[in-house]
Amino acid sequence: MTTKVNMTIERSSVELTKEDFVSDQMVKWCPGCGSHAILSSVANVFPKLGYRKENIMMVSGIGCSSRFPYYLNTYGIHGIHGRAAAISSGVKIANPHLSVWMATGDGDSLAIGGNHFIHIIRRNIDINIILFNNQIYGLTKGQYSPTTPMGSITKTSPQGTIEHPFNPGELVLGAQGTFFARVPDSNPRLMTEVMFEAAKHDGTSIIEVLENCVIFADKSHDIITNKEFRDDRQIILRNGEPMIFGKNKDKGIRLNGTRLEVVTLGENGFSEDDLLVHDMYQQDPGIHLMLAKMAFPHFPVAMGVIRAAMYPTYDDMVEEQITYAKQNSKIKTVDDLLNSGDTWEIK
Amino acid sequence: MVKMKSNVIQREEVVVKFVGDSGDGMQLTGTLFSDTAALAGLDLATFPDYPAEIRAPHNTVAGVSGYQVHIGAKKIETTGDLCDVLVAMNPASLRSNLKWAKPGATLIVDSDTFEEAAWKKAGYNVNPLEDGSLDGYNLVKAPITSFTRGSLKDKGLDQKTADKSKNMFALGIMYHLFGWGFEATFDFFNKKFKNKPQVIDANRTVLEAGYSYAEAVEALNSVYQVNKAAITPGRYRNITGNTATAWGFLAASERSGRPIFLGSYPITPATDILIELAKHKSLGAKVFQAEDEIAGICSAIGASYTGSLALTTTSGPGLSLKSEAIGLAVMTELPIVIVDVQRGGPSTGLPTKSEQSDLYQALFGRNGECPAVVMAASTSANSFYYAYMAAKIAMEHMTPVILLTDGYLGNGSQLFRIPKVADLPAINPPIAEPNDPDFLPYRRDPETLARKWALPGTEGLRHRIGGLEKEDGKGNVSTDPLNHQKMVDLRDAKVQKVANYIPEQEITGEKEGDLLVVSWGGTLGAVQEAVETAQSMGKKVSHAHFNYIMPLPKNTGDVLSGFKKILVCELNSGQFVNYLKMTHYGHKYLQYNKVQGLPFTVNELTQVITQILEEK
Repeated sequence: MTTKVNMTIERSSVELTKEDFVSDQMVKWCPGCGSHAILSSVANVFPKLGYRKENIMMVSGIGCSSRFPYYLNTYGIHGIHGRAAAISSGVKIANPHLSVWMATGDGDSLAIGGNHFIHIIRRNIDINIILFNNQIYGLTKGQYSPTTPMGSITKTSPQGTIEHPFNPGELVLGAQGTFFARVPDSNPRLMTEVMFEAAKHDGTSIIEVLENCVIFADKSHDIITNKEFRDDRQIILRNGEPMIFGKNKDKGIRLNGTRLEVVTLGENGFSEDDLLVHDMYQQDPGIHLMLAKMAFPHFPVAMGVIRAAMYPTYDDMVEEQITYAKQNSKIKTVDDLLNSGDTWEIK
Repeated sequence: MVKMKSNVIQREEVVVKFVGDSGDGMQLTGTLFSDTAALAGLDLATFPDYPAEIRAPHNTVAGVSGYQVHIGAKKIETTGDLCDVLVAMNPASLRSNLKWAKPGATLIVDSDTFEEAAWKKAGYNVNPLEDGSLDGYNLVKAPITSFTRGSLKDKGLDQKTADKSKNMFALGIMYHLFGWGFEATFDFFNKKFKNKPQVIDANRTVLEAGYSYAEAVEALNSVYQVNKAAITPGRYRNITGNTATAWGFLAASERSGRPIFLGSYPITPATDILIELAKHKSLGAKVFQAEDEIAGICSAIGASYTGSLALTTTSGPGLSLKSEAIGLAVMTELPIVIVDVQRGGPSTGLPTKSEQSDLYQALFGRNGECPAVVMAASTSANSFYYAYMAAKIAMEHMTPVILLTDGYLGNGSQLFRIPKVADLPAINPPIAEPNDPDFLPYRRDPETLARKWALPGTEGLRHRIGGLEKEDGKGNVSTDPLNHQKMVDLRDAKVQKVANYIPEQEITGEKEGDLLVVSWGGTLGAVQEAVETAQSMGKKVSHAHFNYIMPLPKNTGDVLSGFKKILVCELNSGQFVNYLKMTHYGHKYLQYNKVQGLPFTVNELTQVITQILEEK
């Protein structure tokens, strides 16, 4: 993890540390909330990016996750519900020399802000989006969200939800996402790694953090994150490596015809050579989509960077068009414009 | 045989209206006519009147598209009440527009289109060209379709293509009627159809054929002569209100040194501002066509935070959707201009018709105590100036500004005296200096109460702002009761202080009298003419037209105090009059309102004014 780089963003002349990004505000999340881990990871990653601290900007919407900008000493906007993606888009397009980060939740980005979320992804604007997925509305105290598992009892679903939840990875890839990663809040090392990869990616990066809400949806991810069995229920994808998982590193994912399949190494003649090798850079999202959709109990849940495909970004193309127009247009000033076309002198 | 025209009618002003089916090219015909009038040295105002549907069913009243042009040797303030010449390309357009023709007006109709099926479809029971119902007019039954085809018969065009030039035949007739040349129109053909010499040739041929036809027709025995207008010397062009608005912002961007960003979603009748700004990347314009109205304004707020002159453009329904985000801009005290090109409401309403009914929404349509500057342009041409001033006020006072125009101003066009950007007032946004030891996000300028604009990337100014209530000065989140009261008062006072930086309200006429006619926004021309008419009759009546609404000019109370009665005329049910009653009570207010999707006519206003002055 050394150099990144987006050459349009000015680099710091001095070595930065976590302390450079600590704000003087008291962090008001509940004790045990997964957001603390995310804050800590972000504060670890920012100094490593090498950017000037003044060139980092944090934007959020509304919800528990969206208090995030107050807890970091960067430029920042705490926006309105669901609109962080639209605000970030304006920030990045207007000033491409900023490293723009967005903190949002499953309610903020997948319900009220769903429209902005899919369109920022479709446009591939270079913004790093951390999606705090706790499967519940926390700040309004416990209503179901678009990612709450079907059948869950919440304050607004006393008999259980009757809605099909979104799988954020599927949504991101459906919207032509170029970068998608998933990480549990209980694995800070992987989180830091993934955030660095997101920063390196030129385009919209989505990091879904499976986050625990200790108050309203405690242990909602426990079924895959519990220490007892997490190694058997998660697979950490690493680019260029075969897809192996399990406490004893004896299980793997292979492609059987057009479908993924879990196999046990050494059984039925399967060896490492039969397994899929992760290629996060491939353009075709087919395998990435299948990986993003893997779910308990038939599959381990995929963690790490699932997709990081290279496509042109909206913000780069805006700059290219402006540069081209400035070089080729006869209209260089507003006076030129005012006097262009049909004009005449009245004496 | 070419006859010499015997009659030349000298006129101070003439109103011409072109009407036809949606696909007949009436907008283009009107534009070419007005461009030629402008080159002939006349003052003018135009108004396109078209249906919401792109191509409503052929030959129906619903599908009629029109373009009215008012030209004159005098200063032209309105697009004209009734027309002197009506060009109607089919029965439906005649039927729906005859009511806008003056008694005795010249009607030029394409007689070829008056077939039974067509006049029945238009709702006539008998052919109006033959039943004597048009005897009160100078009716010219011109076989426009057949003569167009005839003039092109050797050109090898199919009939459909040939028929597309019909409007040029009508235009040729009009050029004869006014004695104008073809040069400007030929230039247009050459540019527009650069790679289609056959089309250029066809249009020229038909235009000339129309002209020759008019020379030979008895009913067109009279031609108009309109002398050159006495216009302030200078360089001029034609401009629509929407283009003027876009260019005003470009000028403000250049003059302030702040890059321009527009976040917008297409909506009638505001879309042309978005289209216009999208053309000007060479001036650095960043134009983001957002996924919805909310994203339009939110992206602009993001751009504003980074130091752009940030804009969003919309019409009434879009302004509703932007309300919450305007609140965010009020709370974060970021500069942004929201343009509302008003149309008929509520809901989807009358998208292609115009009203002034979004005033309450602009003033009050947000949650919480949420003051924003509200101002209004009053002509197509001065939309340039008011857009410029809206940008200046937003940036210098760190506040959202809502600029109201309307469909008539936006789509209508006028002569525009081209300014020099260097002559426009300076714009000095309060940008925070790097490492300013005194910097606090909400520390204010004592005069304007504006906070500093601290741009990301600047050393020593990192700060967070947002929609939660802010602690005075430091800008941290605060729920302290007294702080909230203080911040509410400060945000209001900041907007009120803008009154110290805007011009005083002017009165046209005496400062005292029997009646003050008050208007605002796009009704300027009609109200002014009506007041002038009453003044010329010796009445003690004056006129005050408002462009700055929140805050009102400081001398508003004095202006109102000089008159026994105040008549507020507006194209809504009385929104400005109620606002005046609220802010300046104790005057005798009367109101005249119309909500029909139509502009005021000078005639109706003159009658109302006269009637009030006769009452004791």
